[in-house]
Amino acid sequence: MSKKIYLDNAATTKVRKEVVEEMIKYFDEFYGNPSSQLYELGRKSKEAIEKSRKTIADFINADEKEFYFTGGGSESDNWAIKGVAFANMKKGKHIITTKIEHHAILHTCEYLEKFGFETTYLDVDQYGMIDLEQLKVSIRPDTILISIMYANNEIGTIQPIEQIGEIAHEHGIIFHTDAVQAMGAVKIDVKKQHIDLMSMSAHKVGGPKGIGGMYIRKGVKIDNFIHGGGQERGKRAGTEGVQNIVGFGKAVELINKNFDKHVEALTLKRNKLIEGIKSNIEDVILNGHPTMRLPNNVNFSYKYVEGESILLLLDMEGIAASSGSACTSGSLDPSHVLLATGLDHGTAHGSIRFTLSEEITDEDIEFVVETMKSIIEKLRKISPLNKNNAM
Amino acid sequence: MYTETVMDHFKNPRNVGNIENADGVGQVGNAKCGDIMKIYLKINDDIIEDVKFETFGCGSAIASSSMATELIKGKNINEAVELSNKAVVEALGGLPPVKVHCSVLAEQAIKSALYDYAQRTNKVIKGLENFNPEEEEHSCH
Ligand SMILES: Cc1ncc(COP(=O)(O)O)c(C=O)c1O
Repeated sequence: MSKKIYLDNAATTKVRKEVVEEMIKYFDEFYGNPSSQLYELGRKSKEAIEKSRKTIADFINADEKEFYFTGGGSESDNWAIKGVAFANMKKGKHIITTKIEHHAILHTCEYLEKFGFETTYLDVDQYGMIDLEQLKVSIRPDTILISIMYANNEIGTIQPIEQIGEIAHEHGIIFHTDAVQAMGAVKIDVKKQHIDLMSMSAHKVGGPKGIGGMYIRKGVKIDNFIHGGGQERGKRAGTEGVQNIVGFGKAVELINKNFDKHVEALTLKRNKLIEGIKSNIEDVILNGHPTMRLPNNVNFSYKYVEGESILLLLDMEGIAASSGSACTSGSLDPSHVLLATGLDHGTAHGSIRFTLSEEITDEDIEFVVETMKSIIEKLRKISPLNKNNAM
Repeated sequence: MYTETVMDHFKNPRNVGNIENADGVGQVGNAKCGDIMKIYLKINDDIIEDVKFETFGCGSAIASSSMATELIKGKNINEAVELSNKAVVEALGGLPPVKVHCSVLAEQAIKSALYDYAQRTNKVIKGLENFNPEEEEHSCH
């Protein structure tokens, strides 16, 4: 088998070596319970947690007291939505979000509808952008929360977060953003961008799985999420996964070191892959925004062919990617994100997402373009939708 | 996820393409659901002399089409009409439960092509008396 090319970094990332090395110490060397403050081993664990907290809080321009560790991005999303909803239900029961959120947001809103909450799901345009005017007119006297993702996991579109934050605050509404995909790819400043709550996840940025974070601006009314001991200032109880917290902190420290260079390099690779596919394969549609997109996201629809078939053939060449096709998710419909951008079902079924890392070389990109070209050709020859198949 | 036989038929599908002046053509499925199968038959003396397919769909849809065409090639139309989706699944060495509908689609595509042949030749094929290609436009899976 030839070289493996991993192009699914939006699904998860490789844990960086430096991160693993740092984490390992917290299994059998510094294994103390951080709540055990009367001996050194416990204090060491506590110190490690607070060091990570500071690294991550600094990275997003937050105060350390405003950052909480959680069990991952999904948990942070659940906490933000449910925590704000139940803490503010006397004021109102209306939530505004978008049609393209991660299911951790969408399914949580659906769940709350059982308790009488109402949700407005904002539309997006063909590039996956929300319309600020639609946001403004959707605000009601009983709106308590606006939750709009920073960057989309499938098509990479980056929303105008600062303007959304301004609008929310003009109306005295709490603003949450799911920044799971944005973190590490765009500069985030929670103060400047009027963000009240923000979800993060370590495994998307070179850290371990099962650990995430939530920024909660001081003064924001939100219920505690896990009831129990006093960990995370009583808001999220449970003995901390110290090794994971340490890993998250280390991963953020590493990104921070070379941030601009890292983003620039990724953007170049992304553009090369986009150009390569556009100029070598006919009848393709770039999904997402041409410029306001994550630096590592390449998502195309390939007409007349279906995504799972493409993924299987890519896998044979050692290339890992993902698709918006229903066939790959076990659901009936293709990606809700692609449908929200106005793609018809057939075209949505034929979409492939490549998400790059810095490890990808120019040769890798050329190989991926060549491979895609021959895969699409092969599948189009079989397709009854392809009008070029001579009758 | 897929058996070796499925992967073999997916990688090297048999009977791909179309037949000029086919004696029967059938198409089932729709792009909305993510699978479309089109079957072309060349029939002589009620024997399926040649069969070709075109499929838009996932790996198991392509493999099911390929296997189904193999199973009816050279058969009498009265035998071919009895091809069941179960027979396709068995010949493939099994399909994941969520993919079984692909084999159903293959069965329907063949029935639909045979129905077209019967219509054109004014023949009655046993088992297709009540076949209605419109009704076979099933909702997704
Ligand atoms: C935008 C977005 N939100 C939330 C999540 C969930 O994060 P986690 O896997 O850490 O629960 C993901 C990851 O798939 C994501 O891409």
